[in-house]
Amino acid sequence: MAKRSAPEVNAGSMADIAFLLLIFFLVTTTIEVDSGINSKLPPDIPPPDVKIKQKNIFTVELNKDNQMLVEDELMEIKDLQAAAIKFIDNGGGENPTGEKCTYCGGERLDDSSDHPEKAIVSITHSRATDYETFITVYDQLVGAYSILRDKLAQKLYNRSFKEMEATYNDSKSPEFKTDKLKDKIDNIKKKYPRIISKAEPK
Amino acid sequence: MSKFNKGGKKELPAISTASLPDIVFMLLFFFMVATVMRDNSLKIKNNLPSAADTEKLGQKNLVMFLYAGKPSDSYKSMGTEARIQLNDKFAEIKDIAPFIAAERASKREEEIPKLIAALKVDKETNMGLISDIEQALRKTGQLKINYTTKKGSALK
Repeated sequence: MAKRSAPEVNAGSMADIAFLLLIFFLVTTTIEVDSGINSKLPPDIPPPDVKIKQKNIFTVELNKDNQMLVEDELMEIKDLQAAAIKFIDNGGGENPTGEKCTYCGGERLDDSSDHPEKAIVSITHSRATDYETFITVYDQLVGAYSILRDKLAQKLYNRSFKEMEATYNDSKSPEFKTDKLKDKIDNIKKKYPRIISKAEPK
Repeated sequence: MSKFNKGGKKELPAISTASLPDIVFMLLFFFMVATVMRDNSLKIKNNLPSAADTEKLGQKNLVMFLYAGKPSDSYKSMGTEARIQLNDKFAEIKDIAPFIAAERASKREEEIPKLIAALKVDKETNMGLISDIEQALRKTGQLKINYTTKKGSALK
């Protein structure tokens, strides 16, 4: 008997099969959105009765027609961030422990917030306000805090706050979850705490 | 002089397609890995708003999704008011507490405080519904929330 070599399998249609599968996965893929604005709800207990000075509250009000009142004056959303920064960074007085704000870059007016640790941003909205408007406003306010934190991080540690947080959570970086970096991040967070209060709609 | 074209009319060699399957397979594997099969099909319109200052959601298995929006075209019978969707069904405000309890029961005990409720809400929804959801979440003690948004500038 002559030795017969095994016949070669024809692989010409391999590409077709792979293409078919490829197109199937191309069509079914939905790249999931997995980013958003984190927020924390207040616990379900009656709020403590604390007196807060009116000048330490930055009121943002949204009505049913998606118009915005800031400190009782009509304002465009694009001007909100600058106004919020001015309010938070004012530093006209002392923090709860009686220290002056040494890192604030504001104008230190008497009728604006005392200290970033005391400054409260309060959002009120009507039940008919659009979610999109609310998110836009909320984003602007969160952005105001980010800008202030970034500025402080540049001043103190010569790097951006975003980059510090990213490094902290990046398992490849040498500073992954190190206490030293955590202290720095917490320090900045403490100096500009993000206090955004959301009142229940009327 | 004609040192380089001796043969005169030589035919162009055919381009080898032998590596084509490999290339296609590479793409295929990429998409297979990147694909997330949706575990619940949406019965509502879900056009998320966009925001610039977003943070990444952490571990996928510690996130529970609450959807809300107007019923999509094939569910016109449910009315035109914005509704909540939990898992695969339309839901009411009172269904949120059992939903959270069920999600918590399926997680390990040490993971429960890390759970995040992600609100995937259509941008045309009224804030009334959202604050109702938030009140329900507060009652169950689920305080960590995330407004899921697209990335981009919110200002027009």
